Amino acid sequence: MNRIGNFIRSLFLWELLVGMSLTGRNLFAPKITVRYPEERTPQSPRFRGLHALRRYANGEERCIACKLCEAVCPALAITIESEQREDGTRRTTRYEIDMFKCIYCGFCEDSCPVDSIVETRIFEYHFENRPEQILGKQQLLAIGDKYEAMIAQDKALDAPYR
Amino acid sequence: MWEMLNSGWAAVPEIVRTPSVILLQIMAIVLPLLGVVAYLTYAERRVIGFAQLRVGPNRVGWAGLLQPIADALKLMFKEIVLPANASRFLFVTAPVLSFMPALLAWAVIPFADGALLADIDAGILYVLALTSFGVYGVILAGWASNSKYAFLGAMRAAAQVVAYELAMGFALVGVLMAAGSLNLNDIVRAQAGGFFHWYWLPLLPLFVVYFVSGLAETFRLPFDMAEGESEIVAGFHVEYAGMGFAMFFLAEYANMALISALTATFFFGGWLSPLHGVPVLESVPLLGGDGFHWFALKTAFFLFCFLWIRATFPRYRYDQIMRLGWKVFIPLTIVWLVVVTLFVTTGFGPWF
Repeated sequence: MNRIGNFIRSLFLWELLVGMSLTGRNLFAPKITVRYPEERTPQSPRFRGLHALRRYANGEERCIACKLCEAVCPALAITIESEQREDGTRRTTRYEIDMFKCIYCGFCEDSCPVDSIVETRIFEYHFENRPEQILGKQQLLAIGDKYEAMIAQDKALDAPYR
Repeated sequence: MWEMLNSGWAAVPEIVRTPSVILLQIMAIVLPLLGVVAYLTYAERRVIGFAQLRVGPNRVGWAGLLQPIADALKLMFKEIVLPANASRFLFVTAPVLSFMPALLAWAVIPFADGALLADIDAGILYVLALTSFGVYGVILAGWASNSKYAFLGAMRAAAQVVAYELAMGFALVGVLMAAGSLNLNDIVRAQAGGFFHWYWLPLLPLFVVYFVSGLAETFRLPFDMAEGESEIVAGFHVEYAGMGFAMFFLAEYANMALISALTATFFFGGWLSPLHGVPVLESVPLLGGDGFHWFALKTAFFLFCFLWIRATFPRYRYDQIMRLGWKVFIPLTIVWLVVVTLFVTTGFGPWF
């Protein structure tokens, strides 16, 4: 009986019609595609994108050249050199991130004791020539200055979970 | 003005007049056909996209409607590469050989009552001859490319076409037994009398066999062994680039349109309206009247089925394709031919 049923079902293409009804229903289902430049997916405040170096409210740079980020960086993308300044504090003279080496793991941000190096939610950037992908201290500070409001808001949103 | 043109036309010698009329008729068929083929590629990408919850091409022009034109421009400006040790002449003629039969077969398709380019009495034979001719382009392309993948594709195509051509021919034998004519226009006329008078009902197994064989003949997705992207890269057209590649694509889609039009003609009453015999709708001018619009609608429906099937089914394994062709379709059609014989001798139903 079962064999006859199977024979009839395969003769009348039953399984195929079931499959076609599935794709036929999907034809009219709402589409999940995000039409990117016009639409965007929601972003977490923890989004790990372009790096930035932050400053305190008085304009003093936060980074104290402890080199924890350099040590923790799994891709060896960070290079730091430091010196003592005239006022006796230790500051970096060189802070470079090779954006081609960086894997955007966020360890530098986690390791930083003074919340200096952060990853912002900016992901739309590009480099056109070879050495440009190595961001120096001044560039990172400039990014931090430009987006400080956004960075501070994201850090405040994430603070209860850290 | 009109009379002057008319008398001027009459003054043209017969030897110029007839060929130029035929040429205009050919243009009137081929140019819209090429447009259909171009937009079929767009429709295919949209339909498959929709079936997979994507949106498909929607960037070029409004809703992506200029996409086929952009594709054509891109392909035209690409370099045509001639592989080392390829057979030059065959390599260049193969795309033409696969595209030409797909266009030629349209000569006998009735677009409306009596609107055929060539009203020949052996229409089915002509169609069968030309649809099987299309595979020569594929085989020659595979042979001439001097590539093992292309050659494998060509061999697969040859075996597959032999298997399904038989089933297709038998299915059409059923149609010509029912209609008593080889002329496509007469076949459509024999189906007159509304939706349930068409041949799809008494010849249902033959219709299914014909349509599925049509999928196999055009190397469409459940049967695209000749291409088999994941197995033999792109099969027979792996060495082609630019317009040569585009010709194969045009041929494939023109063949799809052809098979759809033939299915509509043989089993779904061609240009006949399905509403014959329905009390009120019958007298509505466009709905009840026969004509090109019904033919176009039916063809479009079967084209959509082609795309729908492509969006649904995975590729057959090669031995399963052979099994389906030789062990299922050919016995099935032969059995149903016997049944049709009984129908015809007893004058069964409204069909015979």
